[in-house]
Amino acid sequence: MVFLSGDLKAARPLARFLRAGTVPSWADLVAFLLLAAAAVLVVRGAEDMSQPLAALHAAPVTLDPARLPEYALRTTLRMFVALFASLVFTFTVATLAAKSRKAELLIAPALDILQSVPVLGFLTFTVTFFMGLFPGRQLGVECAAIFAIFTSQAWNMAFSFYQSLRTIPADLDDVSRQFGFSPWRRFVRLELPFATPGLVWNVMMSMSGGWFFVVASEAITVGDTTVTLPGIGSWLSVAIAHQDMRALAMGVAAMAVVIVLYDQLVFRPVVAWADKFRFEQTASLQRPASWLYDLLRRAVWIRSLARPLVRLPRAVSGLRPLVRLPPLRLPAPPAALGRVLDGLWLALVAIAVVGGAGLLWSFLDQRLTLGDLGQVSLLGLATLVRVVVLIGLATLIWVPIGVWIGLRPAWAERLQPIAQFLAAFPANVLFPFAVAAIVALRLNPDIWLSPLMVFGTQWYILFNVIAGASAIPGDLKEAAGMFGLRGWQWWRQVAIPGIFPYYVTGALTASGGSWNASIVAEAVSWGHQRLEAAGLGAYIAKATAAGDSARVALGVAVMSVFVIVFNRVLWRPMYRFAERRLRLA
Amino acid sequence: MTCFTPTPSSALVEAKAIRHLYGKAEGANLLVLDNVDLTLDENEIVGLLGRSGSGKSTLLRSIAGLIKPTSGEIVFPPREDSPTTVSMVFQSFALFPWLTVLQNVEVGLEAKGVRSDERRRRALAAIDLIGLDGFENAYPKELSGGMRQRVGLARALVVDPSILLMDEPFSALDVLTAETLRTDLLDLWNEGRMPIKSILMVTHNIEEAVLMCDRILVFSSNPGRVVSTIKVDLPQPRNRQDPAFRTLVERIYAQMTRPDQGAAAARDGVFLGMGLGMVLPRVSTNVMAGLIEAVCAAPFDGRAHMPDLARVLRYEADALFPIAETLQLLRLAELREGDLVLTPTAHRYAEADVDARKSIFAQQLLAHVPLVAHVRRVLDDRPSHAAPASRFRDELEDFMSPDYADQTLRAVTNWSRYAEVFSYDEGADRFSLEDAV
Repeated sequence: MVFLSGDLKAARPLARFLRAGTVPSWADLVAFLLLAAAAVLVVRGAEDMSQPLAALHAAPVTLDPARLPEYALRTTLRMFVALFASLVFTFTVATLAAKSRKAELLIAPALDILQSVPVLGFLTFTVTFFMGLFPGRQLGVECAAIFAIFTSQAWNMAFSFYQSLRTIPADLDDVSRQFGFSPWRRFVRLELPFATPGLVWNVMMSMSGGWFFVVASEAITVGDTTVTLPGIGSWLSVAIAHQDMRALAMGVAAMAVVIVLYDQLVFRPVVAWADKFRFEQTASLQRPASWLYDLLRRAVWIRSLARPLVRLPRAVSGLRPLVRLPPLRLPAPPAALGRVLDGLWLALVAIAVVGGAGLLWSFLDQRLTLGDLGQVSLLGLATLVRVVVLIGLATLIWVPIGVWIGLRPAWAERLQPIAQFLAAFPANVLFPFAVAAIVALRLNPDIWLSPLMVFGTQWYILFNVIAGASAIPGDLKEAAGMFGLRGWQWWRQVAIPGIFPYYVTGALTASGGSWNASIVAEAVSWGHQRLEAAGLGAYIAKATAAGDSARVALGVAVMSVFVIVFNRVLWRPMYRFAERRLRLA
Repeated sequence: MTCFTPTPSSALVEAKAIRHLYGKAEGANLLVLDNVDLTLDENEIVGLLGRSGSGKSTLLRSIAGLIKPTSGEIVFPPREDSPTTVSMVFQSFALFPWLTVLQNVEVGLEAKGVRSDERRRRALAAIDLIGLDGFENAYPKELSGGMRQRVGLARALVVDPSILLMDEPFSALDVLTAETLRTDLLDLWNEGRMPIKSILMVTHNIEEAVLMCDRILVFSSNPGRVVSTIKVDLPQPRNRQDPAFRTLVERIYAQMTRPDQGAAAARDGVFLGMGLGMVLPRVSTNVMAGLIEAVCAAPFDGRAHMPDLARVLRYEADALFPIAETLQLLRLAELREGDLVLTPTAHRYAEADVDARKSIFAQQLLAHVPLVAHVRRVLDDRPSHAAPASRFRDELEDFMSPDYADQTLRAVTNWSRYAEVFSYDEGADRFSLEDAV
């Protein structure tokens, strides 16, 4: 995405360069060191990844604190490789969906569904597949872990990009057609910049979820195969097996450091940079700030170093074909032919759907009975009850607190980043502490394992409510004060309508995340002790550990249906209501 | 319909028998342009003047190559010097918010593959010409509307087009800014400092057309036709207070308010479409009431000259048209030769109290707006006295685009709510007789 940035503030680069002087500033030194260190780390991590699998068995993950930084680095690298893959997926698939009506017919609903599928369930299939692809090499397992992260990130990014492409402003579309933009220039100059703010937001949400999955997918057990890839997730699972509290605490601390660094070095600079792609024509009052972004822009030398990098894509975008073909003007195909083609395509899709259903049926039919379906559905209901109750509880707790904070700008400014940090922090890192407590106090796992499901996701509710309460306009608050609105009336007529659209966004994210988290939260272990709550998550986790792919498939399918129905029946109507009735201005 | 036939050698572009239909391929369509001819010569500014929905923008966009008209052709006659090219300025400026002023201006050159130093040189020259120096590094969101449209102009000019197309370029600007920009553009044109050969502009502002153009094509609406071509011989710079200027403005006003001789139902003819399929503007009932009161009172006493009325009410003259036309549709007023004349019903309305006003308005709505009568009939017939709004929206979409259908239904909903003909529940998207008397 860097190639978007262009040569922004340097209309006359030479003059600027001379004026700025050639003496490197302190900013240069800091920025240079940071960049060089990052490069070294990336190279180290990449070297390690291509080791043969035997090396992993020879040097298994140990609880040696000296190796923790390396593990943290490997975990982070996996995240970014997956992110890169997700971006490639987004740019190709979403663009295809937006440009071709036939592809759109399949891709748009598929993305919508994949967004709500519990991706942890995929691990069984992907590990087997990728280990077959790179037999005997660590790369296969790495790929499986990365693919697991990819499946947690890609769909909402692609969906957001697709929606942006569909809503390109008509006048800018006219301009690009009038000047005869090539498809590439159209992409670089119009489509990508327009989609950037939405995409950046979705990337950030994806990353938050991604940390959770990277931890869950590093220590993989599928049937007889158990692989622990060097990483924080494996460190934690080894620590759990050894019941080593000190090692656990160190793992958690390492994770916290990683998230803070990621927030400061990646998240904030990118958000600050993406601000200029916002489509509103008015200057915003509060612009996102990032010290690193400012540093990089201030650093004279780094800027001159970066200039060729910026130039390269510009040169690419300026490339012209050697032979310019005259524009080919084909007569538009007759409408009747178009309809026939559409019909053919629909028929093809229908055949594929029927065939797929048949294949799925024969696969499941050999291994499962209707009784299995009944059992899984019941377990699904148990998990559903947990999700509903816990989201309800989280709402009761965090909405008042969020409103209280949001109405006090001084507090909101300090606490909002913390809420966002907590949402990005992978809660499964903290599970062992809770599990140790449940074991020690002999609590009922059916009840006490449940809070783990919302442990990481409740923060989405909090930070969205804070944002909503801060956005209640001053004049509304003043009017409410003047007419003496207080108590329930104030909540009913000022606070709740004000935060509702934000709350729905937060609760929707939180509930989706909780379903996913159930796979790791309903079945946990501490040393040799295993705790399980009756639920669909535990069912999928057990089937995965047993390598029973038919049951995993059934569990994942049923959970997907639950999530999709839950979204369609509850969240979508609420979202639409909020969009229509409660938008301010 | 008048055709203008110049000497063929100097023509830059010829539009021949342009017809354009909007709407679904099957079923009823909106005829937006009906058999329109236009020839643009060298060294002239030509204005396309008409009310909204008269197809003037469609014609301009056809010439820009953004729309392919249903039938007819756009011809650029071959020329000795260089092939004719066009470039366009947009009403909404259409700047890329993520590019600086300089990058926005360069964008067209970049698409043509001009080398970067050459590009920079030409863009800076255009920026200089159009008075944007010092703003090269600014982003559009940092600029005022006037400055933004200057960027739009520079971007259009920098590619050296033969024809500059402008689609209501000043209508999104406040009065003072628009005037400054017009004057600056005319100065550049008169001094020959722009590389263009001709300008073709769309406007609905009569004074603007008379101020800037050498030739004005007046469009009728429903369907869009050229009703007359007016040559403006006044020397530049023109003075709005000049009696000759005023006379010309008055003449065009009269022309635009004269019922189209060809149309069968002159009164209904002002809006696009017929009967149920009429596209209605969203005019507030408060504004209608205000206009009736203003015309009823002194000094107009029931008959107001539109330009005077616009001045007294401080309305942009052309903003009055949709209001006046809605009153005409409801038989509360008539437009005659540039005058707005209230009907006896309107006089009664002006003197009535709130409830009586509502009932007069309801009668006029039911009698003269087919869609209102239709909805009311459906509601009366149903035992539940309720019907989903989507049903009528779908019906309208057989005649017009979804946007027009939505706009029309909203207009009718608001008028009917005021007149208590029927009520509407936004949450359920239903019409009903519940609260209506």
